[in-house]
Amino acid sequence: MGKKLLLEHINVPGIETFEVYRKQGGYASVEKALKTMTPDAVTEEVKKSGLRGRGGAGFPAGMKWSFLDRKSEKPRYLVCNADESEPGTFKDRYLMEKIPHILVEGMITSSFALGARTSYIYVRGEYMYVIRILEKAIAEAYANGFLGKNILGTDYSLDLYVQPGAGAYICGEETALLESLEGKRGNPRLKPPFPAIAGLYASPTVVNNVETIAAVVPIVNMGGDEYAKIGIGKSTGTKLISASGHINKPGVYEIELGLPVEEFIYSDEYCGGIWKGRKLKACVPGGSSVPILPGELLLKTAKGEQRLMTYESLSDGGFVSGSMLGSGGFIVYDETACIVRNLWTFARFYHHESCGQCSPCREGTGWMEKVLHRIEHGHGQASDIDLLVDVAKKIEGNTICPLGDAAAWPVASAIRHFREEFEFHVKHPEKVVNPKHFEITPFVSERVAVIG
Amino acid sequence: MSETKTIQFSEETMATVQRLIKRYPEGRQKSALLPLLHIAQAEFDGWLSPAVMDYVAVILSIKPIEVYEVASFYTMYNLNPVGKCLIEVCQTGPCWSRGSDDIVEHFEKKLGIKVGETTSDGQFTLKTVECLGSCGTAPMLQCGGDFYENLTNDKVDTLIEKLRANGQRSTYMKDNRVM
Ligand SMILES: Cc1cc2nc3c(=O)[nH]c(=O)nc-3n(C[C@H](O)[C@H](O)[C@H](O)COP(=O)(O)O)c2cc1C
Ligand code: SF4
Ligand code: FES
Repeated sequence: MGKKLLLEHINVPGIETFEVYRKQGGYASVEKALKTMTPDAVTEEVKKSGLRGRGGAGFPAGMKWSFLDRKSEKPRYLVCNADESEPGTFKDRYLMEKIPHILVEGMITSSFALGARTSYIYVRGEYMYVIRILEKAIAEAYANGFLGKNILGTDYSLDLYVQPGAGAYICGEETALLESLEGKRGNPRLKPPFPAIAGLYASPTVVNNVETIAAVVPIVNMGGDEYAKIGIGKSTGTKLISASGHINKPGVYEIELGLPVEEFIYSDEYCGGIWKGRKLKACVPGGSSVPILPGELLLKTAKGEQRLMTYESLSDGGFVSGSMLGSGGFIVYDETACIVRNLWTFARFYHHESCGQCSPCREGTGWMEKVLHRIEHGHGQASDIDLLVDVAKKIEGNTICPLGDAAAWPVASAIRHFREEFEFHVKHPEKVVNPKHFEITPFVSERVAVIG
Repeated sequence: MSETKTIQFSEETMATVQRLIKRYPEGRQKSALLPLLHIAQAEFDGWLSPAVMDYVAVILSIKPIEVYEVASFYTMYNLNPVGKCLIEVCQTGPCWSRGSDDIVEHFEKKLGIKVGETTSDGQFTLKTVECLGSCGTAPMLQCGGDFYENLTNDKVDTLIEKLRANGQRSTYMKDNRVM
């Protein structure tokens, strides 16, 4: 069994209440930080821990914190990103629903480190019931002196609020989130200035993912150096993985970074293997935005090394033969899954979610959706495949925010690894009219061997 | 529908609204717009008519256009009337891979409507939506702030019966527990 830092007490009855959470050692990081440490010392521990942002980009959290403009006269803000809308990702919801107090605790300790006096947790609107759970937890924290004026009798005071979104994936992008929190459309801002200088209400702001903030709790409790001993190289600590798709046991798992991918998929402790006794065909290991990998490239790198669940190993080979750990949204496909149809759902998603500010993204995502719809429904032409590659290339790098790239990468990678399948759709329209066509007549490419 | 009703929050809701506005710094009351629109939608028949949006603009001392542009940007706000129960079935990759197409088809058959339509008795509106962060329990749907997960055709049948018997409007803001 791997070490559990976030989900250790997940099965303790009543852990969602303050009382039980506190009995399990909860809020110790607040006591330690506020009573025995300076804010900078807390930031130093986070730096030493090597913790990387769990929202997708993997940027070192301590470094981000150190960029915060501490000289400004303006108030500073910590905003927690609980927008969680990347297809395949549902770990933050699980954590907030089951152990809301670990996020509240992390928010207090982190806000103290950053000198924030007001902090917000921005939660996607569809998680309205999670918002209730968080509000209850926050009320309990106030009632027990962990929030509000002079926390634990110190001179540190903090107010913490939950803010609902209203159904827009783009509000997960940090500057769009800040716009939304200001009561506007979620249009990403041009950077610079970065939020660390001018974020919420043009004040210095740090935006961190739910899991990142929760991880500050064990880091402060055990010390950054101890935390950094877990994991491999620059992938330190534990990570929540949301596992979905064609596996026996979908769900949220906390793993020690460095676990072999093969063990994660096949071991009974985690995904429990591919469902219905079928074989592994492909996987999107880090949320819908990251490149898809065929089974053999998922389990082993192009160099033949065992693939591990780390930022480095999953991206080994770059976009030619690798992918990314991303948000940890691990989506598995069995041998009958139609790559084209899956990709069409992703393209439709990005088209729907584009905020529309940049023409390459607004128009390009629309074109990709249309062309994929055409191929998948048996009206495609051979030239459509290269057209898709071309559109994806023209979006990439030409937009204000990374949503454009996020829409382009899945298309480019699916065609790179599964071109035969797209060609098959074009050549045999009569065979693909049924959405479940591969389940009926399994498609087996010569190049893309199925695994398992 | 709501046009005949006076557009005004109850005193209780108004108190909540005032409490919400205090969460933001002086002069930043516009930050309360998204929560207010959720509340307004719940109080006024599940959708935001122009009159309702104008009312929200007055409360927050902002221009009506500032409300319209936000209301039209976010998918959770309905700018047209919807049935009492808005059924939103997720159809993105992970849900699709576990059979969301079949669930949508089953709903269409059971309710006798297509995606995007409302039943003639005004009870159900059927919609497909993108990933709701519940891919580990796919296929799934959302109705009025409740998630229904690991769906099967049987579960869909039971749900339709349950919602029909209940007869209430499903809303995100259940029991008037407004934030
Ligand atoms: C289109 C888009 C959507 C995003 N969605 C999320 C999200 O739902 N949750 C999240 O934590 N980060 C999301 N991010 C990343 C954030 O912009 C930001 O990097 C992150 O919140 C920083 O937190 P971290 O450093 O703790 O990971 C998204 C980025 C983009 C471009
Ligand atoms: S890349 Fe797309 S989502 Fe991002 S700002 Fe441009 S149009 Fe909006
Ligand atoms: S794909 Fe349906 S909840 Fe994520």
